[in-house]
Amino acid sequence: MKLKQMVVIVVGLCLALPAAVCAKPVTINWWHAMRSARGKVVDTMIKKFNESQSEYVVVGTNKGNYDEVMNAGVAAFRAKKQPHILQVFEVGTQTMMQSGAIYPVHELMAKAGFDIDWSNYLQAVLSYYMDADGNLMSMPFNSSTPIMYYNVSMFEKAGIKPLSKTEPITWDKLGEITKKLVDSGIAPAGMVTAWQSWTQIENYSAIHNVAFASKANGYEGLDCKLMINNPTVVHHIERLKEWTKDKRFMYGGQKYQGPKAEFIAQNAAVYMDSVSGIAKLKKAVHDFKWDAAPLPVEASMKKPQNSIIGGASLWVLKGHSDKEYKGVAAFLKFLSSNEMQSYWHKETGYFPITMNAYNDLKSKGYFKENPLQAVGIDQLNRAVPTKISRGLRLGYFVQIRNIINEELELVWNGKKSPQEALDSAVKRGNVQLRTFEKTYK
Amino acid sequence: MIKKSTFKSGYLPYLLILPQILITLTFFYWPAVQGLRQSFFLSDPFGQSSKFVWFYNYIELFTDPLYLKSIMITVTFSIAVATVSITLGLFIATMANRALRATALVRTLLIWPYAVAPAISGILWLFLLHPSYGIVALAIDKWLGVEWNPVLYGRDAMIMITMASSWKQISYNFVFFMAGLQAIPKSLIEAAAIDGASSFKRFWAITFPLLTPTFFFLSVMNIIYSFFETFGVIHTVTQGGPGGSTNILVYKVYQDGFVGLNLGSSAAQSVVLMSLIILITFLQFRYVEKKVQYTG
Repeated sequence: MKLKQMVVIVVGLCLALPAAVCAKPVTINWWHAMRSARGKVVDTMIKKFNESQSEYVVVGTNKGNYDEVMNAGVAAFRAKKQPHILQVFEVGTQTMMQSGAIYPVHELMAKAGFDIDWSNYLQAVLSYYMDADGNLMSMPFNSSTPIMYYNVSMFEKAGIKPLSKTEPITWDKLGEITKKLVDSGIAPAGMVTAWQSWTQIENYSAIHNVAFASKANGYEGLDCKLMINNPTVVHHIERLKEWTKDKRFMYGGQKYQGPKAEFIAQNAAVYMDSVSGIAKLKKAVHDFKWDAAPLPVEASMKKPQNSIIGGASLWVLKGHSDKEYKGVAAFLKFLSSNEMQSYWHKETGYFPITMNAYNDLKSKGYFKENPLQAVGIDQLNRAVPTKISRGLRLGYFVQIRNIINEELELVWNGKKSPQEALDSAVKRGNVQLRTFEKTYK
Repeated sequence: MIKKSTFKSGYLPYLLILPQILITLTFFYWPAVQGLRQSFFLSDPFGQSSKFVWFYNYIELFTDPLYLKSIMITVTFSIAVATVSITLGLFIATMANRALRATALVRTLLIWPYAVAPAISGILWLFLLHPSYGIVALAIDKWLGVEWNPVLYGRDAMIMITMASSWKQISYNFVFFMAGLQAIPKSLIEAAAIDGASSFKRFWAITFPLLTPTFFFLSVMNIIYSFFETFGVIHTVTQGGPGGSTNILVYKVYQDGFVGLNLGSSAAQSVVLMSLIILITFLQFRYVEKKVQYTG
């Protein structure tokens, strides 16, 4: 009896009072790929947002690694059970943009009434996720860029001065350095590189302002073609191949595990990898000193361009109510606040995405205390991105990267010449691009 | 005199096999038909647009020299895995069959590797043979001076994944050969021994023919294993590299479909893969089975 009365009262109250009091907060689902330490950071950010207001509740779910999150998103969308926010890796950008399943972030923010000064964002980061007209399609979340790590102890032993953290050395200089290190027997091998397609071709092209693909790297049309068999890139690969002969360059695998192991074991003196390597090396290296510098550039390149980013961004998916989208917009805005951005950067090493947050960290002396963290940011910010250095917008980019990896491996093991391999990569990559174009035309 | 039993009512037998039919329809025929249908389309992963393109996906596949290479790699790999694991499985089983002491323990220990998932098996072998941190690889380099680098050389990578894939399959084969050997009447072998047949002769003239059904069964199972289940090994050890030299068909299906989201091509590849395995199994039944003696 008592229970029944209670229910009646509660229901009555709910009908009588304004909806806001009894209505449950709107739930916003966010599927992401952040696990372990990074996952905890994400959880803290979500918690802070949920505590900061009462209208919305964000629920973050880890759906595995990038591929798995993307597939979970695809499957959920087909079943009409999609989350509001989906974290997608940078190579999936074109697929997302063409999908017709997304709600562009610039529209979302405008409609929610947030007037956001996009010029305050790190342009090299933002431009990767813009359409050809400069509209932001997805919110950058975790962004990194490759830099060059080197073994200071070995450099000292060989009498080589430490490298500048802002001014890149030339590739010729790196050739001299590695030669000295290897010839004197101080280092078993010169350099190793992680993610060879990303560091040695994608970023190399951007830094030297050489087009990776036609149509402004694919930004201006699906009918773009790969252009990586140009003389500049071919020459670069030829040089690396030449270096393999006297061990100035050693191939350690497609991903980062092998090359990183070689650097940590002091089998190689120089190691190119994402800025996320800083945390990994800090943890793993105990028996030698190391430092970081920007990626080398060609001597002819007096004013090198910005490097490009890797990582992932947050896509808002279609099919939800305006009320929910308001919450999504509020959450995205919250994520780009100074407080959240500095927290995110300090905990994970990924870049803060606004100039505000960057300047805030700078004014607090953070980069003086952590000079390693400034190397990547300075490299990204050293020039205004051109149409070529702002990023890559390719369909079936995953397959294209696989193709480039395969062809490069055939160069390293001597089955193909650099020109042959890159010609073949272009030919095979173009087949992928045409299939992609056919799908969406 | 064979006793025949029949159902009195007409519909009962159908009712009884209904669950099995439902399961097969849902989990085999329905996805297979979906895959076949998908292979004629180019569609975006989110299912917003889909275009019928006839045999475009198949034409793209068969005009890609690397796809044909991938078929060759798969066939070579599966023959290598089947040969290595069947031979060693049989060898170990014949040895274990003669064990006098602690037979149960010996057998149990030999079966253990089968319980290891392929992906774990891959990781274990990686720790032994990876050129940067593999213990055995470093030892080979240091003491034997042999250049071993599966990260760079296709042949080394192939050897490595064959070892990792065969290792756990040896145990599987061992179990079946062991059972097969136990089923052979001791009297036959003893009689041959009295007649003066050497142990090699006894094996070749008696044991081996009596094991042919097991052989046949295992050759089919091992080929299927190396076509599909070795995915975990490839994924953890080589990811199809270097230079695509270990990119077997099933891994390419995953790469293009699951990671690359090219559903049409991936579906076409699945159809080719399915046809290939049907063809191989058919050939095995057509030609190899004739030599099998089912009764002793």
